[in-house]
Formats: sequence, structure tokens, C-alpha cells
Amino acid sequence: MYSSQMLDFIKTVEATREDRFKNEPRRLDANEKQALLKEFHPDHRDSGFGTIEVGNNKGEKAPVELVELLHANSRIKGIKFDFDSPKYDVDVLIIGGGGAGASAAIEAKKAGANVMIATKLRMGDANSTMAEGGIQAADNENDSPQQHYLDSMGGGHYANKPELLKRLVMDGPDAIHWLENLGVMFDKKTDGSMVTFPGGGLSRNRLHACADYTGLEITRVLINEVRNLDVPIVDFTAALELIMDDKGKVAGAVLMNMLTGEYVIAKAKTVIVATGGAGRLHYHGFPTTNHYGATADGLILAYRVGASLLYQDTIQYHPTGVAYPTQLFGALVTEKVRSIGAQLVNIEGEAFVHPLETRDVVSSAIIRECGQRKKGITTPDGAGVWLDTPLIVKKSGASMIEKSIPGILKMFLNYGIDIRKLPILMYPTFHYQNGGIDIEKGGHTKEVQNLFMAGEVVGGIHGRNRLLGNSMLDVVVFGRHAGKAAAEAAKTTTIGKLTLNHVDEYTRKLKDAGIDNDKTSPLLLPNYVRKLHKA
Amino acid sequence: MDTANVNVKLSEFAKVFFDGKPYDVPAELTIMTAMEYAGYRLVRGCGCRHGFCGACATIYRIEGKSPVHFALACQQKVEDGMYVATLPFFPLDRRTYDMEEITPDNQTMMQIFPEIFGCVACNSCTKSCSKGLNTMQYIAYAKRNDLKKCAETSFDCVSCGICSARCPANISHSLVGLLARRLSAKYLTPKSAHTHMRTKDIADGKFDDEINKIMRMPMDDIKKLYDTREIEK
Ligand SMILES: Cc1cc2nc3c(=O)[nH]c(=O)nc-3n(C[C@H](O)[C@H](O)[C@H](O)COP(=O)(O)OP(=O)(O)OC[C@H]3O[C@@H](n4cnc5c(N)ncnc54)[C@H](O)[C@@H]3O)c2cc1C
Ligand code: FES
Repeated sequence: MYSSQMLDFIKTVEATREDRFKNEPRRLDANEKQALLKEFHPDHRDSGFGTIEVGNNKGEKAPVELVELLHANSRIKGIKFDFDSPKYDVDVLIIGGGGAGASAAIEAKKAGANVMIATKLRMGDANSTMAEGGIQAADNENDSPQQHYLDSMGGGHYANKPELLKRLVMDGPDAIHWLENLGVMFDKKTDGSMVTFPGGGLSRNRLHACADYTGLEITRVLINEVRNLDVPIVDFTAALELIMDDKGKVAGAVLMNMLTGEYVIAKAKTVIVATGGAGRLHYHGFPTTNHYGATADGLILAYRVGASLLYQDTIQYHPTGVAYPTQLFGALVTEKVRSIGAQLVNIEGEAFVHPLETRDVVSSAIIRECGQRKKGITTPDGAGVWLDTPLIVKKSGASMIEKSIPGILKMFLNYGIDIRKLPILMYPTFHYQNGGIDIEKGGHTKEVQNLFMAGEVVGGIHGRNRLLGNSMLDVVVFGRHAGKAAAEAAKTTTIGKLTLNHVDEYTRKLKDAGIDNDKTSPLLLPNYVRKLHKA
Repeated sequence: MDTANVNVKLSEFAKVFFDGKPYDVPAELTIMTAMEYAGYRLVRGCGCRHGFCGACATIYRIEGKSPVHFALACQQKVEDGMYVATLPFFPLDRRTYDMEEITPDNQTMMQIFPEIFGCVACNSCTKSCSKGLNTMQYIAYAKRNDLKKCAETSFDCVSCGICSARCPANISHSLVGLLARRLSAKYLTPKSAHTHMRTKDIADGKFDDEINKIMRMPMDDIKKLYDTREIEK
């Protein structure tokens, strides 16, 4: 529940509600947006970034936490492995059991491949399970793939790779159709047509949802299908390094049982890395919406075999992370709350930004409000601004909240805050890595044969800022695609002699660059032991 | 004055018991963050950390009181005198099926999950649900083959497995709900015609010209198009 001082501040929000209801804040023009981003978005800070000293992206900027992992030692440095009798020998090895991994597994299996999944935690302990807001696709009559392309290109600051974006928008409606056919419970009208919502940066109502449990519903159906297809799932098993063969192709991975520390070799004709994001690296000290295992492992694995990073310096901070209560610090309040009418309001009761600007713009505006302008509300963990949820009730009635965002309603009720009656406190939270490993439109990396990547670990589809609902879509579209492509490539692949020479070579490069430390990577899990870590 | 100060101090920390051992932890923490604060390195029993994945099923009892409580460790604040046991894994009884072969008729549930008919209506599942769902009711719907109701009632399930650990009839509730939801969405809800049509039109090449056009457009023209595009209300 709120402190009495916070309740006092809420009176100002209430007093200005009628007026704000009638007068929506205006949208910023292109120049105003650029200026705001430049001054306040964390991507533009001088501190918190370092320079990559080895590999294809040598000389480029990246968050210091990522640079540290790129410059760290392999976890298996100096260990000799017996490659003659690998525990697993498959056509397609999928690393990562989220939405992208599951989508890939279904398609690879259907294409006739012998496929397995290795995943670090439980199957589905993943960002995919947590998606709340929804999934985009241009399937309405007033909409089109080219309109979807335009919105995403503008939202991504014109840095999206055109061929990848084309695949995303052109395969979007089919992805929804595929999920519907698998038995995903989309929000629908009685005639079966999709309910679609507006969203930040979208020019059409294009967001499909399953209440505010979109990711949970999609992911559990995908995983169930993977199980029904009898694809082996090796859980609590993390990839530590990719294995190559003497012809320079990727040919498997060194895995580790997370519970016993035992090493396990998986040999594979092709490998799909679908390890997701990096929220748990807490760039710039931000809290995160991400799951426990989001530690950028896939970036490290792929970089060490010679793949390239793209846009590794751009991160999405979700504007509406929970600022209060402490137990929910950094947790996500879906953008859908703004799609259905809530405004962002400062301590003086002003709606200081249009609620449906793109995420980077809204986050920057909140950071400015709480920092330079000193118009935030002080909380035990810092500061925040109000998200005026009772405005939704005023616009569309309480049932709108109960039907569209029941998860958020319950999450706050749990702490004695009824969002139908009281606004909630928000501050940006580390949500998504816009960048990742650079891939070709076939889903593979340019540099290394038989290495496929899908999902959040990929960079380029979304340019320098992803729109809401485009990630779940990319997970399904590119996950499926990678599954098919990897199964196809496996058919013509013969594996040579397995080797970890690339690991030694990377070690040499570090040494040549004068980098010497006792850190190891991939990180696998963040370390919160004996710390006052809030969420 | 003095007493008041002491009270403030005391209320900032809680004494909790993990696996029977006592720890003093800041009272604002959740069970999960308190375990970490106390020195536990979590591997199992920790997934999303935000109440979605069900990895952190937890059972607790307050010292000196009889009721047993069930919660998600990442969502539940610690309390003074809490005795905590975690349930990071429960062997659900999985069945596989082919969604294209099965139908929503009343044989399906019976064949795939016959044990639901052994439900003794003890209501332990509902009482132990970490999400406060009416679990026994959705099992009852499944028995009656009211798949739509079962789907709706079970929708918020995060598959933490506590209900199944408590069930005297050995039901794997979350899997029953999952089957009902898939059947209901696939067979009992009308298909989205506009989605299907758009998929077909794209496959037939009807959008090829338009998408290629925008891809070839000079960036300045795309920018202009973006800045002046009309936004649906
Ligand atoms: C709270 C939240 C809400 C979101 N809401 C939306 C939304 O509404 N719409 C939208 O489009 N997007 C949303 N997103 C983004 C989207 O959910 C993710 O970007 C997407 O699900 C990523 O899918 P993925 O399969 O690539 O990765 P994940 O789903 O994260 O799966 C990666 C898997 O790989 C495993 N793994 C990691 N490292 C290793 C390793 N070394 N070895 C083996 N396995 C490993 C992980 O444990 C995990 O299981 C949201 C994200 C979050 C966190
Ligand atoms: S860790 Fe996912 S529900 Fe608690």
C-alpha cells in the first residue's frame, strides 16, 4: 500500500484527470524526439560503455558489462575433451528453450530431422513466457505488410536490415495463423476475428493478445507441441562453447549440467542458438524485466566462433517498469496499459509525454522528468512517475482493466493497490537487447557455416529500437525459419574432426590485445548471493 | 520514545527459516530475494522472477500456527516466523497426443487423462493454488467435457505443480487445463477469417509489389512517409 505522502500526491493526479481526459498530450515531431533521445536515453550516455578489443567488432562500443564478458576467459580453457563418444549425436542441436527454440524444434522435427533442445533452466524459463502485451501481424483489412514495415523501420530509426524486416512482416499473418491452428487462445470476437490493439509507434491496431499473458499462452502451447512431437529436451543444461569441425563448420556444443557441473558433449550437423537476451547484466545499473537466465550467453558463444555483433550498443528500456512497491521493482507493466488509455503523469499532475510514442522516447521523457526536471515522485528505490490507470476506467469502464490486463490488476492487488482506483509508480527498466548477432536472411551467420540464430539473440531485425509485439513475432517467424533451414542444411552436411581450436585462438587474441583477467564467460546466471537484490 | 525506536528497528528485519535454519533478512524482501540475501545460490526454483513461470513453488508455515500456505517465492513477501520449504521440481505425469488427430468430443479427456475421474472433491488443489485459481472447478469442467469453461478457468495457471503435489488422485492439473485450452482454441472457437485470407494473399504474391517498392525507396522518402503517416484512432 502507498505511504500517506504518496496518497497525498495522488490527489493531484485525481484533480487533473478530467482535464487530461479531454486534452490528450500532443505527439513530438521528429526533431524534438531526436533531441530528447540524445540528451536522456541511456544509449547516449558517455559512461557505462567500453570498447571491444578483439574479434570482428574490434574498436566498437558496447556496454561495459558485455565488454567484460567478451574479454573474459572460456569456462573450458585448458580442459581436454573426448570427442569420440559424444553423449548426444543429432542432426540439429537447439540451444535455448524459449519461444524461438521451441518454434525451431517443431519445424526441424517436421522436416524430418533428428533434433534436440538443450536449455539452461527449465524448458520455458525464458523471456518468452513473460511477454504480456501481445504479438504484431498485419492481418487486418486496413493494414498491410508494407505499413507494418514502415512503422517498424521508423521505430527502429531506419537501421533495420531490410531483408530481415521484410521476412518479419510478410510471414507475420502466417505465424498468427499457425499459432491459432496449434490451439493458442487469442483474444477474439464472437465471429472468430482477432481483437487487435494499438501500441507505441504503431499506425494501425495490429497487436494480437491473449489477455496480458500472451507469452505464457504462446510458449506453453509451443512447448507442449515440442513434447508431443517427442523432441528430447535436456533441461538444466547450458552451452559453454560451440564445437567446430576441422572444416570450419559449427558441429555441436560443450554443455554443462547446471546442477552437477558435469560436462556433456553434443555433436550436431547444424546448431541453432536461441538463448535470448541480456537483462540480467543490468546495464547502467537498471533493474530488469527479464528472466533469471538472460545473461547474453549466445552472444559470447557465437562471437567466439567468429560471428559478428550488430547494434550491441542499443538497449530497450521499457518505460513502465514498476518503481513501487519494492518487491516488484523493475517488473514489467505492459505497454497495453497505455494502449487502452492510461497516461503518464508527473508530480504536478501534468501528462508530460504522449503515452504512445515509441519506447525509447517515452523512457527518455520519464528519465528527464525524474532527473533534470525534478518532477518525479520519490520512492524507497529511487523515483518514479504516475501511470494513471483509473483513466482507463473513465474511458472504458473497469471491465476493460479486468478483461485486458487481469495479470497487472492482480499483481498490484497482491500489494493492496487497486489500479482501477489508484495510479501506479513507474520508472524505466532494462527490457530488451535491440542488437545481437548479425544474421543473413536465411537465419545463418555470414561468417560461420551451419550456425543459425533466432530470437532475441539476433540483431538487425528491429534496427535500433524494437516496437512492442515485434519480438514475439520475430521469435515465431525466425524460430520456425531457422528450424526448417537448419534441418535442410543438415541433410547435406558431413561432420569432420571435432575441435575447440577456435577457443584457443580466441584466448591468443585476448593475450595479443593485452587483456589478462581471471573472469570467465558465458555468465550463465547473475550472482545475487548475499546481496540486497530486490527482484 | 525509546520503545518506539526499537519497534521501528525490529520491523525492518524478519526472522525466517529456510530448510529449518533461521536467518534475519530485510522485511521488504520476497522469499526468493531473501534466500539469496541469506546466501542461497539458486539454480532450480528460480525462473522468471516475476510470477509467470511457476518455477518457484513454495510451501510455508508461520511458527506456532497450524495452517500451511502455498506461494510463488518470487511474489511472496517474507514474514516474521516463516518456515519455508521450496518445491522446485514435481514430476507431472505427461501424456502426448496429436492435436490433428484428437477431437473435442467427450472421449478425449477421458482417454488422455482418465485419472480426473478419480477426483475425490477434497478441494486441496484449489486451496493450494499459488495463483488463487478455482482448480477443482476446472477439473470438474474437464470431467463434464465443458472445455471452454475449463480453458477460461485454468487460463492463469503457471504450472507450479503445487496442486499436483497435494492431490490424492494423482491428477496433473496443469496438463489437463493445457489440453482443454488447446482443444477449445483450435476446435471450439471460430477461426479468424481475415488472418487466413491475408496469409493466402501474401502467399499468392499479392503484396510483393508493394513491399518491394517500399524496400527500394530512398531512405529520405521512407522518412517522409513515416513522419506523415496517418495513425488509426
Ligand atoms: C517481461 C517481458 C515482457 C515482454 N513482452 C513482450 C510482448 O508483449 N511482445 C513482444 O513481442 N515481446 C515481448 N517481450 C520480449 C520477448 O518476450 C522476448 O524478446 C522473446 O520472448 C525472446 O525469445 P527467445 O526465444 O529469443 O528467448 P527466451 O524466451 O528468453 O529463451 C531463451 C532460452 O535460452 C536459455 N539459455 C540462455 N543461455 C543459455 C545457455 N548458455 N545454454 C542453454 N540455454 C540457454 C534460457 O534459459 C531460455 O530458456 C517481453 C519480454 C519480457 C522480459
Ligand atoms: S520465478 Fe517464475 S513464477 Fe517465480
